[in-house]
Amino acid sequence: MTAAAEGSPARRMTRARRNALLQSEPVQGFALISPTFLYAVILLVLPILVVIAHSFWTQNYLTIDRTFTLENYRIALTEPIYRDLLWRSLYISLMVSFFTVVLAYPIAYFISFHGGRHKSLWLFLITIPFWTSYLLRVMSWKVILGYNGVLNSGLMGLGIIDEPSTALLYNSTAVIITLTHAWAAFAILPIFVSLEKVDRTLVEAAKDLGDGPLRSFLRVTLPLSVPGIISAALIVMIPTVGDYVTPKLVGGKDGVMIANAIQAQFGKASNWPLGAALSVTTMLIVTLIAGAMVLIIRAAQRLAR
Amino acid sequence: MTALRRFRPGAGWLSAYAFLYVVFLYLPVIFLPIFSINTAATPKFPLSGFTLKWYEDLPRTPALLDAAWNSLVVGVSASILATVFGILAARSITRYRYPGRRAINGLIMAPLVLPEVIVAISMLLVMLQLGLSLSLFTVVLGHVLVCIPYSMTVLTSGFEGFDRSLEEASADLGESAFGTFRRVTLPMVAPAIISSLLVCFTISLDEFIIAFFLTGTDATLPIYIWGQLRFASKLPGVLALGTLLLVASFLLMTVAEILRRRAARRTQNEGGLYA
Repeated sequence: MTAAAEGSPARRMTRARRNALLQSEPVQGFALISPTFLYAVILLVLPILVVIAHSFWTQNYLTIDRTFTLENYRIALTEPIYRDLLWRSLYISLMVSFFTVVLAYPIAYFISFHGGRHKSLWLFLITIPFWTSYLLRVMSWKVILGYNGVLNSGLMGLGIIDEPSTALLYNSTAVIITLTHAWAAFAILPIFVSLEKVDRTLVEAAKDLGDGPLRSFLRVTLPLSVPGIISAALIVMIPTVGDYVTPKLVGGKDGVMIANAIQAQFGKASNWPLGAALSVTTMLIVTLIAGAMVLIIRAAQRLAR
Repeated sequence: MTALRRFRPGAGWLSAYAFLYVVFLYLPVIFLPIFSINTAATPKFPLSGFTLKWYEDLPRTPALLDAAWNSLVVGVSASILATVFGILAARSITRYRYPGRRAINGLIMAPLVLPEVIVAISMLLVMLQLGLSLSLFTVVLGHVLVCIPYSMTVLTSGFEGFDRSLEEASADLGESAFGTFRRVTLPMVAPAIISSLLVCFTISLDEFIIAFFLTGTDATLPIYIWGQLRFASKLPGVLALGTLLLVASFLLMTVAEILRRRAARRTQNEGGLYA
């Protein structure tokens, strides 16, 4: 750079401006994100705090009594109905996340390792049913599993059964099947992303050093894709614990979940504090289980090495 | 590329499995259109005959037309608002480095992984406390919250491919920060923005739980469908309406995906919408 160019006023100004820009970068960045951040604070953080506050209060008909009490938590954790609903919701969501991950892994692997040029087309093909209404997808399972439904009438037409089976719909199995289908794509994507990050030369190296396809998969690819498995399991488990539509449409009496009880407290039963305590309890238990899942899978990953 | 094409053991089984999996994904959804053109009122095999009468009945149902209009109003408002919030946040995340950036991003993305019922009742409690009467407006507020994470994902993948030297060149040539955004940044990210609008509209159109809790007397299309599900005789009409919604979602998402890919092509981050 020549001395003349160095001294040109235009350049000095540009540099000064660029320095000022660099110095104020955090300020600018934060200013830009603050409207969205504030929106999330007002409509998400604040509401959750209000729910937590309500869970320590009580309700007399229409007025809220704001004396601190743990009574709602006692009811939520000891009353058999709520305890059973919580257990069932956890059981269902763990089953669903297990099945979605097990079913999704080979697909994610197939797309990542054998998808070739059509990777994004495959991803699109697999995700498109999930952009359709959740309500409609649940409804279609009702059509399939119902007493006069597709499966019953199909099996009768084929002569496999003589009369419609009532065992298909209105139980927790129906809820598990429906949710496994509904959340499939959410499990595929995180696993796919982590498989894409697996360094292919490591797999080649394992093969060159004499590992067969299965051994190189078990010792290289699978352990390296564990982060994807963890996030897939969590991304399915957390929302399914609080699912409302599926148990309501295909669950029957046997498939009622905690979200239905929470909704009832804000609707018919009109006991907001109890509904709030049930929500907080659900969130806490989900967080604990999610943490436990991360630890267990990490431990399994270490053992596998 | 030839190295990728060579035969890999196990690929045959995997493709067969992939095929079956796609069938499992699509089969349940395909029953809706099939039974919506069937003459029988109950959805069972064998099919009894072809008819379009369930579709012809749809425009003659005033409650349905109201719900469709409500869904349109809510969807357009929510997608515009969520995309504006998304543009600000995605731009901030991709362009600037500052402390707390990841935490703020995590909070904005949180509605994606929280149980929807809990998000919905939390907002319901606050809105009732603030004395807001439940209406389509409160539904829009809720939908904006759940749409922002999707908008962010689409826009971040569009903004990341952006060559910063172009902006610097524009600034060096004397353009103001806003002028640079409007004349350099915006035209390049326009496909991502339109993609975000379409994705948010689709989500709002199909969203049920939040609308169910936050609406007053006005129904959106999913709430209308929910109400109709109680009556077995209304099922074919619901199937016909559902089919139309499926087609609408499918078309909107296909266009959104094409646009998003156009926006993200130069970064080649495949699956940006999902990653």
